[in-house]
Amino acid sequence: MAGFTLRSIEFRREREASWRELEELLDRVSGQGLGALAAGELHRLPTLYRAALSSLSVARSISLDASLIGYLESLAARAYLAVYGVRRDYFDTVVRFFTHTFPSRVWALRREVALALAVLALGTVCGFALTARNPDVFYSLVPAGLAAGRGPSSSRQELAEVLVSGGDELSLMASFLFGHNAKIGMTCFGLGFAAGVPVALVLFINGLILGAFAAVHWQHGLGLEFWAWVLPHGVTELLAVGLCGGAGLSLGRAFVFPGRYARLTNLARQGREAAQVVLGAVALFFLAALIEGYFRQLVTATAPRLAVVAATAAFWLWYFVALGRRRG
Amino acid sequence: MSDAANPAARSLVLDTPEHVPVGFVLADLGNRLAALVVDLLIVGLGLAVLVLAGLIFFEDDDPLTALFLLAAFLWRNFYFTAGEIYGRGRTPGKRWLRTRVVARDGGPLSAEQVFARNLTRDLEIFLPLTVLLAPKELVPGAPWWVGVAAVVWVLALALLPFFNQHRARLGDLLAGTIVVVEPVGELLPDLAAADAAARGPAFSREQLDVYGIRELHVLEKVLRRAPSLDKSALLRTICEKVRAKIGWKPPVENAETFLQAFYAAQRGRLEHKMLFGKRQERKVR
Repeated sequence: MAGFTLRSIEFRREREASWRELEELLDRVSGQGLGALAAGELHRLPTLYRAALSSLSVARSISLDASLIGYLESLAARAYLAVYGVRRDYFDTVVRFFTHTFPSRVWALRREVALALAVLALGTVCGFALTARNPDVFYSLVPAGLAAGRGPSSSRQELAEVLVSGGDELSLMASFLFGHNAKIGMTCFGLGFAAGVPVALVLFINGLILGAFAAVHWQHGLGLEFWAWVLPHGVTELLAVGLCGGAGLSLGRAFVFPGRYARLTNLARQGREAAQVVLGAVALFFLAALIEGYFRQLVTATAPRLAVVAATAAFWLWYFVALGRRRG
Repeated sequence: MSDAANPAARSLVLDTPEHVPVGFVLADLGNRLAALVVDLLIVGLGLAVLVLAGLIFFEDDDPLTALFLLAAFLWRNFYFTAGEIYGRGRTPGKRWLRTRVVARDGGPLSAEQVFARNLTRDLEIFLPLTVLLAPKELVPGAPWWVGVAAVVWVLALALLPFFNQHRARLGDLLAGTIVVVEPVGELLPDLAAADAAARGPAFSREQLDVYGIRELHVLEKVLRRAPSLDKSALLRTICEKVRAKIGWKPPVENAETFLQAFYAAQRGRLEHKMLFGKRQERKVR
C-alpha cells in the first residue's frame, strides 16, 4: 500500500495553513478579546471558523488520525466560543430592554403577576382582619425587628410621629432599603422552581405583616395617613415584589406543566424570560427605594403623598399595559 | 484531545448554529469549586476595600456614604454577572481555572442567561453555609421538623450538581447553560506521513484486514508517547503480537519503525474502506 499518499494526509496538507491562521487569531483573542484583531482579521474570523467546522466534518468522515480529529474539535470549539461569545452591544441592549423587552415580558406573565399580587392582597386582608379582631395577633404576625416598638399598645401620638418623621440619614436609608428589598425579590425568583409553593408563602406572609400594620394604624384613626406613608413607594415596591413572585410562579408552572417540551428544557426557556422580569424588577426596587429614602422623608403631608401614589400607579399601568401589549 | 487523554472526563456535544456538532468537556466540580473560591475571595477583598475607603474618607452622616452602600450592593450581587458578560463567559476565577460558561443549546450565550444563572447563587451558596454553620438561624422559632425540612431542601439544592448528567447547578438549569473546560489542542505531526512509514515494508491486503479502528487508535497513542524504556518494551510486545496475528514471517530489527509502517498501511486500508462506506470498528478475530 506504500507509495501513494493517503487522502487524509493530502487533506491535511491542503488545509493546515488556514487552521494555523485561525489558531493564531484565537490565541490573540483569548488573551485580549476581540479588540486585539484588526478590521480585516475580524472579517476573516467567521470565514476561518466555518472552514474549520467543515474541515472537522470532512476529517470525521475520511481520516482515522485521532489526534488530528481531536485538534480540529478543539480548534472548532475555541473558534465557536470566539464567534458566539456573549453578545455585547450594551447601550442598545439596555435601552431596548426598558422600552421593549421588559414590559412585553411582564405582559406575557400578566396572569402569574396578577396571581402573585392577589396572594399578597389576600395576605394583607387576612392580616388586617385578624389584627382588627384581636390586636394581640399583631405580635405573632410581625417580627419584632420590623415593628421597631410600634404595636397595638403604642399611642396614637407615637404612631403618628413615625409616619411624619423625616430621618436624618436619608440616602443611607435608601441604599439599605434597596439592597434589602431587591434581595427579597431575587430570592422570590430563586425559590420559584420548587413548584412555586415557597413563593406563594413568602408573598402571603409579607401581606400578613402589611395588613397587621394597617389594622393597628386604622384602630388609632390613622388609616389614611398610614397608606399615604406606605404607598408612595409601596406601589412600585409591591409591584416589584409581585413581578418577582410572578416570575417565580411561572418557573413553578414551567416545572410542573412542561407542555410539549422536556421538563428541563422548558425550565430553561422560562427561566431566561423570567430572569428578565426580575432584572427589571430590580430597577423598580431601586426607584422605590429612592422614593422611600428621599421623598417620604422630605414630604410629610398626606395630600402630596397620595398624589404620588396616584401618579406612580398610573405610570406603571401605562408602562406595562401600553408598552407591554404593543409587542404582543 | 483532553477527551482522549482522560476517558473518565464527561463530554458534551453542542450543535452549533452551522449544524456541525462540536464536542466540549464538562468542567469537573473541583475546578468549579476552586474558581468559585477565587471569585469569592475577590468579592470579599473588594468589599473590604470599599468599607475601608468609606470609613477613611467619609463621616458617618455624609450623604455620599449611601453611594458606598450602593456600590457594595452592586459589587456583591453583580460581580459574577458582569464578570461573565465582560469576560465572555469567564469570571476572573473561571479564567484562572480554565473553565467557561456556554449555552447548552449551542447558540450564543446571551446576557439574560448569564443574569439568570447568577440570580440563584445566594440561594445555592450562602443559604447552605448558613444552614451548616447556624441551622437555627434559617427559620427562627419554627418547630424542629420545619428546620429539618429546610435543611434537607437547602442541601439538596446545593448538592444538585452531583446528581445530574451535566453537573448543572440550579442556576445552570434555569438559564440553560453549562460550564465546560476551555478547549486546548495541539496539532501534532501526522504519523502516517513520517519517513519510516513511507519506506517501510509492504503488507498484503489480508494482513491489513485483521485489525479495526479501535486497535489503530491504541497503536497511535502508543506511538505518540515520548521515548522511554517503557515505551520501547511496550512496542516490542505489541510488535510480537501483531506479527503473530497477521502472520508476518520476515525478521523485524526495529519494532518502532515496523509499527510505524504498519500504522500507515493499516490506516490507509481502513480509510479506504471507510470511503466505500465500511467502518471497521474492531478486529476480525
